[in-house]
Amino acid sequence: MYAQMVKSTGSGAKSREEMTPEEAAFQDKIDADIKIEPRDWMPEGYRKTLIRQIGQHAHSEIVGQLPEGNWITRAPTLERKAILLAKVQDEAGHGLYLYSAAETLGITRDEMTEQLLDGRAKYSSIFNYPTLNWADIGAVGWLVDGAAIMNQVPLQRTSYGPYSRAMIRICKEESFHQRQGYDIVMKMAQGSPEQKKMAQDALNRLWYPSLMMFGPSDKDSVHSAQSMAWKIKINTNDELRQKFVDQTVPQAEFLGLTIPDENLKWNEDKSGYDFSEPDWGEFFDVLKGNGPCNQDRMATRNKAWDEGAWVREGLMAHAEKKAEKKRATELAAQQAAE
Amino acid sequence: MSQEWPLWEIFIRGQHGLSHRHVGSLHAPDAEMAIKNARDVYTRRNEGVSIWVVEAKHISATAPGEKGPLFEPSESKVYRHPSFFDIPEEAGHM
Repeated sequence: MYAQMVKSTGSGAKSREEMTPEEAAFQDKIDADIKIEPRDWMPEGYRKTLIRQIGQHAHSEIVGQLPEGNWITRAPTLERKAILLAKVQDEAGHGLYLYSAAETLGITRDEMTEQLLDGRAKYSSIFNYPTLNWADIGAVGWLVDGAAIMNQVPLQRTSYGPYSRAMIRICKEESFHQRQGYDIVMKMAQGSPEQKKMAQDALNRLWYPSLMMFGPSDKDSVHSAQSMAWKIKINTNDELRQKFVDQTVPQAEFLGLTIPDENLKWNEDKSGYDFSEPDWGEFFDVLKGNGPCNQDRMATRNKAWDEGAWVREGLMAHAEKKAEKKRATELAAQQAAE
Repeated sequence: MSQEWPLWEIFIRGQHGLSHRHVGSLHAPDAEMAIKNARDVYTRRNEGVSIWVVEAKHISATAPGEKGPLFEPSESKVYRHPSFFDIPEEAGHM
């Protein structure tokens, strides 16, 4: 999940009796699966929670380019390089679709960027882990994009129109990401013993961080209850995590790789796997900024933003100059005609 | 903080001779760059054969509150649809 622990503003979902007439009408629309569009009336909490959630999602796409971009120049073949380049370019696109969706709620792109760069806005914890070798690039596509898809597919039905449309587009493109990752891991798992060992090692390191992507159990969370009533969250974190484990275990078995969990066991009663929880202490620590790569990621983003300033300003100045010249030419032509 | 690039709405004509359709928006300093960016952001998978860009501030739109008065009247005019009329089979294809 690319948005973890998004706080809503209220103290849980309001009951019908507590709602104002506007809030009740709004909830009726959501219950009837009518999409909310930018200029429609919406509760302030809905607007704020969505800005936070979509923003976090967008930031994750952008920061998510870093661990993979790191390997573009070192991909093992030209074909793998072209594929990875296309994937990383997609992530930039996904970030842009989502920023645009958030902007329709009344926040500017620059405000969102500033929030990311000064640490007020979060991005997914997963991107604070390093990609140490080529096998990690495979594991990221397979596991990280796999987990992201788990969360994004239901979000295509989210109540906010622009967010829903962005998710539909993203989901269409995302499936390639997971498959290319699995393809890399498959190649390595079926390769030399050293390559297979690398694939196993990548799975060992990225398994629990991937499970953390769904966030901690939210069965008692007031934020989740409100977000689910508003249909900006469709499934609980635990539901999605379970689905992810159930889907991924057979994929690992097919490759002859072992999920690094001694407690992993098929449970006939729930038709799903029992599995170990990740270390939530580590998760909160990473969120606080103490993961292996937090500082590195933020330093890279800040550098890119600062060093790109002259390009942004220069292009704007050029556009203004051109527009001014065009106005002058038109005016001269008009005067000549008179 | 310097001035933010203006927002552009992007319209793309798909492959099959359909109308341009709104696909999303992006920021760009001018129309030329908006088209270049739109090509990168919205046609990475062969989605289009033509791009229109319009600066968002130039678009006028109906207000959500006008939905009823504007669009509900057509609901009662079912005779505008061909299926309203029963034409006997003997009359042949129509």
